[in-house]
Amino acid sequence: MTGADSLLGGSLLSAAQLSRAGLVEVFDVAEAFAEVSRRAMPKVPTLRGKLVATLFFEESTRTRLSFETAARRLSADVASLGVASSSVKKGESLRDTAATVEALGADVLIVRHRSSGAPAQVANWLQHAKVINAGDGSHEHPSQALLDAFTVRAALCEARGQVSEGSGASVFEGLRVLIVGDVRHSRVARSQVISYRTLGARITLCAPGTLLPRDADEWGVDVAERLDDALGEADVVSVLRLQTERGSGSHLPSLAEYTATHGLTERRAELLKPGAVITHPGPMTRGVEIASSVADGPKALVTRQVANGVAVRMAILFLVLGGEPSLLQGAP
Amino acid sequence: MSERTIIFKGGLVAGARAVTRADVLVADGVIAEVAPDLAAPHGAAVLDASGCVVGPGLVDLHTHVREPGDEEAETIESASRAAALGGYTAIVAMPNTEPPCDSASVVADVLARGRSASCEVAVAGAITVGRGGRALAPMAEMAELGVTLFTDDGACVHDGDVMRRALEYTKGLSVTCAQHCEDPVLAAGGVMHEGRWSSMLGLRGQPTLAETSIVARDLGLVALTGASLHFLHLSAPESVRLVAAARDRGLPVTCEVAPHHLTLDDSQCVSYDPRFKVNPPLRPTALVKELIELLRAGAIDAVATDHAPHASERKDLPFDEASPGMLGLQHALGLTVEALGGTETLDLLVLFDLLSRHPAAIAQLRGADERRAGHSPHGGDVAVGEAANLCAIDLESPTVVTDASIVSRSKNSPYVGRTLPVTVRHTLLRGVPTVLDGAAVR
Repeated sequence: MTGADSLLGGSLLSAAQLSRAGLVEVFDVAEAFAEVSRRAMPKVPTLRGKLVATLFFEESTRTRLSFETAARRLSADVASLGVASSSVKKGESLRDTAATVEALGADVLIVRHRSSGAPAQVANWLQHAKVINAGDGSHEHPSQALLDAFTVRAALCEARGQVSEGSGASVFEGLRVLIVGDVRHSRVARSQVISYRTLGARITLCAPGTLLPRDADEWGVDVAERLDDALGEADVVSVLRLQTERGSGSHLPSLAEYTATHGLTERRAELLKPGAVITHPGPMTRGVEIASSVADGPKALVTRQVANGVAVRMAILFLVLGGEPSLLQGAP
Repeated sequence: MSERTIIFKGGLVAGARAVTRADVLVADGVIAEVAPDLAAPHGAAVLDASGCVVGPGLVDLHTHVREPGDEEAETIESASRAAALGGYTAIVAMPNTEPPCDSASVVADVLARGRSASCEVAVAGAITVGRGGRALAPMAEMAELGVTLFTDDGACVHDGDVMRRALEYTKGLSVTCAQHCEDPVLAAGGVMHEGRWSSMLGLRGQPTLAETSIVARDLGLVALTGASLHFLHLSAPESVRLVAAARDRGLPVTCEVAPHHLTLDDSQCVSYDPRFKVNPPLRPTALVKELIELLRAGAIDAVATDHAPHASERKDLPFDEASPGMLGLQHALGLTVEALGGTETLDLLVLFDLLSRHPAAIAQLRGADERRAGHSPHGGDVAVGEAANLCAIDLESPTVVTDASIVSRSKNSPYVGRTLPVTVRHTLLRGVPTVLDGAAVR
């Protein structure tokens, strides 16, 4: 994996685009914007006059809300086109919809689509506007993986008494990340595997055989057969949502059996190391992939992920739209 | 000499058994003389064949002409022009049109439309009504019109009992069934090959087993019924090995591969460019190499294009929503030469076996058949008295594929920008030029 050292001025389609330096740049810019988010007036004029368009061809509230909040905090104008919009219902093609939104003057299109690769195709079709992949089919969800890693860096630095800003990728060196659940259908898992590996972590996947991706051994990861055996080794546990809308339901005998074999239950959470942390991209199905008490417990970073999501997406928008990181020095 | 006298000067001739240096004189649709250094008769059109090999016109077993029903994507006329430019003098039109060729009336209609085309157009009839895989189509009635090949191509005859009855029924008609091998249950809606790339790209994959399992089953049905069967567009080396082993045991089976399965692999899908979406899907490099080895070892009877034009609105879509298929007729020859190892070591007899003689034999286009009005024999020897269905291939001039050079009504070729090792210089249909100096003339 040899990605670029900066996201500056490019589209964000895959986590594989970014090198370790490129990822760390996003994290450091996000730290600055996290500070903005904590202000009484959490808004900066950075992207004033820019038009950010969200094109969500698949239902989503969390990611869309997060991106739109990020754009507004940067003072960008926001235009939204949803799956229920009239043009899509009337049968307009993705290509025509994207061209129309670009013609309206959008500087960046944030695209979520049920088809893997759709944001990459949109990026090819457009003349000037940039594209941010907000989740494509079972392919990737790079902004989610970036905010997960950012949150993990902040939490682990805090636990070690370090300042996370400027800490680079040091906390990821040799870090053991365990990804549990529907890896086969998960776009979050693909982006996580790529970005955590780029940062220097070691990845283990654990899933029922039907939910493991084909040829997972070629992903440069380990595969654990039993969750109980893998938990004690992990520094980070990434619990995935069961993607029943993408067919994982037919891959399992029952949700109860899934919980029994791969759910992060209270008993299993006790197998974790004291300093281990848990992430979940949301929305959680409590009682299925994660027990309520675990989700609300001290190891879970779920609410911090959501808060950090806005800061990381502010950083992504800022960089994609060509903002120089040096502009941020003391600025916002 | 009449004005329909043409002489190929200065080239090689690929006959049925040997390649020789000779000129070829054609008069009134028939080969009149084959000898070195022939003097051009008065009034004869002289075609420069220097650097070329003159051989039998190519025969495609697998063309989707899209007419009737999808004339925006391709017509018989446009497909036949692409065919002529590719060196073809005959194509077999697949029956997955709208309406499908599952009755004598539709077959007669397509045959009639093909009579004025730039190549001869034979028609494959459907095995089942509506290509629905249930009730047998009126194959005897279609056979009366000269249909010799039956297939539900685009769909597999998945029900083993229906396929068995189709084989039993066609055995008495002196025609051949052809199977599109794809178990729809195992393929499970896969849009590319299942493996490392589908897994990374998050695209639903189909395993080679979806193809090989049907090949294995149908070989069993051939053994059971004694009927002949042709296997369409095999993409997995294991499929070819199964067919070759059965052929060696004496079963009446043949198989074809498509040029794209010899020249592209599944890593191309990383661009999510739907031009690389095709069914059966592009396979991994290792399997492509094995398939090339099997081609060179003589295990494969024919190369057939699976020419599948699609209008841009069917391809300018997300990968999983786009229609599968790619153009083939104009470039299959060059791609086959590439797969065989290039012009330096090329065995011209093997080349014409794969692209002309074997496909002509499989589709029963080698002899005259009074049921096929207006059709002439294809895939024959380049010898006195044979029908002048010929092509001259320039072995010394490579072709660069450009968007502008594509004459199909659709442009869905994955080869734009690629350099192919040969160029089709001239094509003659029943003694009349359809291509002269690389340009279509009718």
